Amino acid sequence: MIETDILIVGAGPVGLFTVFEAGLLKLKCHLVDALPQVGGQLSEIYPKKPIYDIPGYPSVLAGDLVDNLMEQIKPFNPSFTLGERAESIEKIDDKYYLLKTNRGTVIKAPVIAIAGGLGSFEPRKPPIEGLEKYEGKGVEYMVKDPDMFADKKLLIAGGGDSALDWTIELSKIAKEITLIHRRTSFRGALDSVEQVMELAKKGKINLITNAQAVDVSGEDHIRSVGVKVDGELKQIDIDYFIPLFGLSPKLGPVAEWGLNINRSAIEVNTLDYSTNVPGVYAIGDINTYEGKLKLILCGFHEATLMVQSAFKRIYPDQKLSFKYTTVTGIEGLS
Amino acid sequence: MKDIIQIKVKDREGVEHELEAPTDMAMNLMEVFKAHELPVEGTCGGMALCASCHCYVHSDHELQSASEDEEDMLDQAFFVEDNSRLSCQIRIEESIDGLEVELAPVS
Repeated sequence: MIETDILIVGAGPVGLFTVFEAGLLKLKCHLVDALPQVGGQLSEIYPKKPIYDIPGYPSVLAGDLVDNLMEQIKPFNPSFTLGERAESIEKIDDKYYLLKTNRGTVIKAPVIAIAGGLGSFEPRKPPIEGLEKYEGKGVEYMVKDPDMFADKKLLIAGGGDSALDWTIELSKIAKEITLIHRRTSFRGALDSVEQVMELAKKGKINLITNAQAVDVSGEDHIRSVGVKVDGELKQIDIDYFIPLFGLSPKLGPVAEWGLNINRSAIEVNTLDYSTNVPGVYAIGDINTYEGKLKLILCGFHEATLMVQSAFKRIYPDQKLSFKYTTVTGIEGLS
Repeated sequence: MKDIIQIKVKDREGVEHELEAPTDMAMNLMEVFKAHELPVEGTCGGMALCASCHCYVHSDHELQSASEDEEDMLDQAFFVEDNSRLSCQIRIEESIDGLEVELAPVS
């Protein structure tokens, strides 16, 4: 079991900066994030976009801001559980919580700081009636284990990098592979687009453009997908249907933690960004209060005040005196 | 020069709303929806990176055509039609006065 002082749910910019402010108070942090990498939206959605409202930086690329934050928190030795979604929390005594992830990792901490942004990123599911019925029974939103598709008939839907890359990769092992896409041009790396076109020309894959999947059928397992091509319905018999439409954020399990939720955001007290559950705080885009602005810089401020309150909860008998880093420098943690 | 233009929008329940939007605040249509508390997420803040502000344009106003980024994002959206747009990419300016749009369903 992992033990820490502040367990941060969400490794986006606000979660990362929390490590710094906590570190100044000698509090250790562990971060959990559903994505396999740190940075949250900045890494997942817009790593190459410049941000103009970070104080002191006239312009900084989102990806660079994440790299800089990682550099800034390095002295405080944070630990990470990435690629796992925080699933549930349980209060085990007066002071401590246990948090479990969807993969069964357990973390013990007296303070939980939810810096979950827009929620956890999950695959976009096409709105096809009855699709859920076949999840795990021939419908896969991600390719985790390519070997399961060997010698199978596959239908991949989507026009981005993951749809293209997996079409190329799986064409090597699948029995038959069809790629369908809403329009004729593809986004995604030019090289991948060319490879897919080449595969189609050679007859190694079936490429159908101006096409959208509209229905699914089968018994226990999916057997066929109805595809609308230029307005006409076509049935494609398959063993697996793999819709790859990117990721979108969902509030997810956090909604079940007994916190006061208002329009998909967690209500907090602006004194210290505490929630209605003692020891659980919410900072950054995931919280809401009167006058809330969803800005990274506001999240940094919230994190800074939050750790002061967290310290008092963890060490109720110790007096906390605020020190400027310009006076004392940074003292790392082991 | 008109400072305020009118936008007609049908929400997902089929209710029509007449919105007023200022042309001098560099707003986009998604922001106008949000300002009027219509159920539009605008998750990415207007960068054409999330498709949560997807709408259909019904009137025949000449809009700036969709950028490659916008088309790419529409690829990841659902219920996409020929008149689909991301409302965050529609600038509020005098030329779109009287625009008629409808919010696309969310999946």
